[in-house]
Amino acid sequence: MSNLSLIVVLLVLLALGYQLGMSRSRKVATVNSDLRMHSRPHHYGMMVGLWAVLPAFFILLLWLWLSPAVINAMMVAQLPAEVTALSDEQLRVVSQRISNLASNFGVVADAEAWELSAAEHLRQLKANSAIVLTALMAVIAAIGMLLSLQKITPRLKARHQVERVVKALLVLCSTVAILTTIGIVLSMVGETLKFFSYIPPTEFFFGTTWNPRFSTVGVGEQGDFGLVPLLAGTTLIAGIAMFVAIPLGLMVAVYLAEYAPVKLRNTAKPMIEVLAGIPTIVYGFFALVTVGPFLRDLGHAVGLDINATSALTAGVVMGIMIIPFISSLSDDIITQVPKSMRDGSLGLGATKSETILKVVLPAALPGIVGAILLAVSRAIGETMIVVLAAGNSPALTANPFEAVSTVTVTIVNQLTGDNDFSSPQSLVAFALGLTLFVITLLLNVMALVIVRKYREQYE
Amino acid sequence: MSNSAPVKISAKDVKVFYGDNEALHGISMDVYQNEVISFIGPSGCGKSTFLRCMNRMNDTIEHCRVTGSITLDGRDIHEPSLDVVQLRAQVGMVFQKPNPFPKSIYENIAYGPKLHGLAERKADLDDIVESSLRRAGLWNEVKDRLDQPGTGLSGGQQQRLCIARSIAVSPEVILMDEPCSALDPIATSIIEELIDELKQNFTIVIVTHNMQQAARVSDRTAFFHLGNLIEIGNTNDLFTNPQQKRTEDYITGRYG
Repeated sequence: MSNLSLIVVLLVLLALGYQLGMSRSRKVATVNSDLRMHSRPHHYGMMVGLWAVLPAFFILLLWLWLSPAVINAMMVAQLPAEVTALSDEQLRVVSQRISNLASNFGVVADAEAWELSAAEHLRQLKANSAIVLTALMAVIAAIGMLLSLQKITPRLKARHQVERVVKALLVLCSTVAILTTIGIVLSMVGETLKFFSYIPPTEFFFGTTWNPRFSTVGVGEQGDFGLVPLLAGTTLIAGIAMFVAIPLGLMVAVYLAEYAPVKLRNTAKPMIEVLAGIPTIVYGFFALVTVGPFLRDLGHAVGLDINATSALTAGVVMGIMIIPFISSLSDDIITQVPKSMRDGSLGLGATKSETILKVVLPAALPGIVGAILLAVSRAIGETMIVVLAAGNSPALTANPFEAVSTVTVTIVNQLTGDNDFSSPQSLVAFALGLTLFVITLLLNVMALVIVRKYREQYE
Repeated sequence: MSNSAPVKISAKDVKVFYGDNEALHGISMDVYQNEVISFIGPSGCGKSTFLRCMNRMNDTIEHCRVTGSITLDGRDIHEPSLDVVQLRAQVGMVFQKPNPFPKSIYENIAYGPKLHGLAERKADLDDIVESSLRRAGLWNEVKDRLDQPGTGLSGGQQQRLCIARSIAVSPEVILMDEPCSALDPIATSIIEELIDELKQNFTIVIVTHNMQQAARVSDRTAFFHLGNLIEIGNTNDLFTNPQQKRTEDYITGRYG
């Protein structure tokens, strides 16, 4: 049976076990009418269902994880002696060819006779494996269900067992999230180290020129991989974005939290939050088609030379995109400042704006700083707007009216196109990605620490 | 307290509405200069609401409407030309739960004087901070840590900090809304002693749930019930010889 149908069968078993457990517990309850059952019937049902399904499911997972290696080893053992004598690398190519043959995919050049027979053997092994797996799971599920049905007595704490499974499930889910993060880091670390075997880290981190000539691997001339201009571009654009977003976002938040009537607040807040939901590529168009030319003409009018695609264009549009991050979070934080703070200030004869400026905002400041840092890491990681609107010119400049490039844009550039994936030109993308990851991670950690440290201040 | 002292605050037929709900049904009373007057009554009787009318703190509550007249030194506090900010500087307030700002002790006290420009120089401000803390009986406990956050003090100290904070803007009247309800008995007795000293310079209106406290600290007592002022009189008379049946029932613990 295919894995999918196995899972479907398991789900059916879950329902079946649930029903059986329920009816069994009711029967037990009528027999032992002098004793009170510890748990409700649906707890017993759930327990039986879980016992039937979970062990078998784990077997399935284990099998899927281990069997390919085992099957491959068995197949390789059958190969002619002169083939098994090959190096590991070549052997891997051979098994890949055979595996393709077995799944009826085409292979380069005609298959040789020993390859075909090995493929046939592999197919056989896979079929056997599926049968053994199905049988094993059937046995385990049956044992689980029958044993747990037997165990149902008035004193069995089925409710607690179900509770434990729920807890384990929740732990498992959060582990997946954490493991994913770790996995991302590890996968990037490997490639990054490979990149650093071509280019020394000092050249990467402190180099001030970015010019990764798209030459072939192995040639001495590899171009310059200096991170500094990209980081400068990223910082410049993120800085402009924050320059736009912080004042606007904060004022929006103060207005919504302190001045706006409830009705207006309830309408305006979701409308502002829509800004965060617009796909960034749309912002990119907006920047390219509308904001860029507008800024260029504006610059022309006042005698400034502004590129249509420049750090300024990308930064301004990105700032608009980020406004809801700051306004929404800050609004929540400002609303959470206790009314007693405001009363205390108003009771001393402060006006509303004095109260907001001198009491409410300082009290909310840690949270606001946290919101801003989250917005900054969003700005640093933003790609599409910058790809379209920043001009993609990795020059080291502090002039916001010129075209620049950022870390994210460069990653896109290095990974798209016809590239050898083991050349430094491609591998640098991983080094850039890891750098970006570390920066945003640090910002987020900083935000969390700040928020946590001052959270209980007014309690 | 003889009734010959000048009238500080005079309320005439004060009604308060929350939306369409009338919470106070026409309260009239006088508060005399330099007396301590306490408001007692069961929860929800309107004593806090009435207290908050006296410095127009009810303005900050949406859908809250006040009618009738309240005068401070003969001047209507609702008249349009009156500056509510000035009124609240004159009529200070201490709240039920200590609510120091999340700032340093010094900044907590200096907040009001800075707002109203009471001190030109840093030295003047230092003087105001010290004298306010001294009058609130807190100086000796905090003089070495004025730069520490006010929220780090104990509950009783926080409440005295809040009293010092309102003293710092030199008010004439101090309104206290159950100032001891969040404090332990020792902190409470310190605050009660403080109230006794403060009445030399201030008129004090205190809302309390604690009848012993009302008996201990106040010259006169007013009993509120269901949004009505039932009885007002010298504290001694009211507790020993109440004129109204409902007052008697309340102070003897039959309800409330």
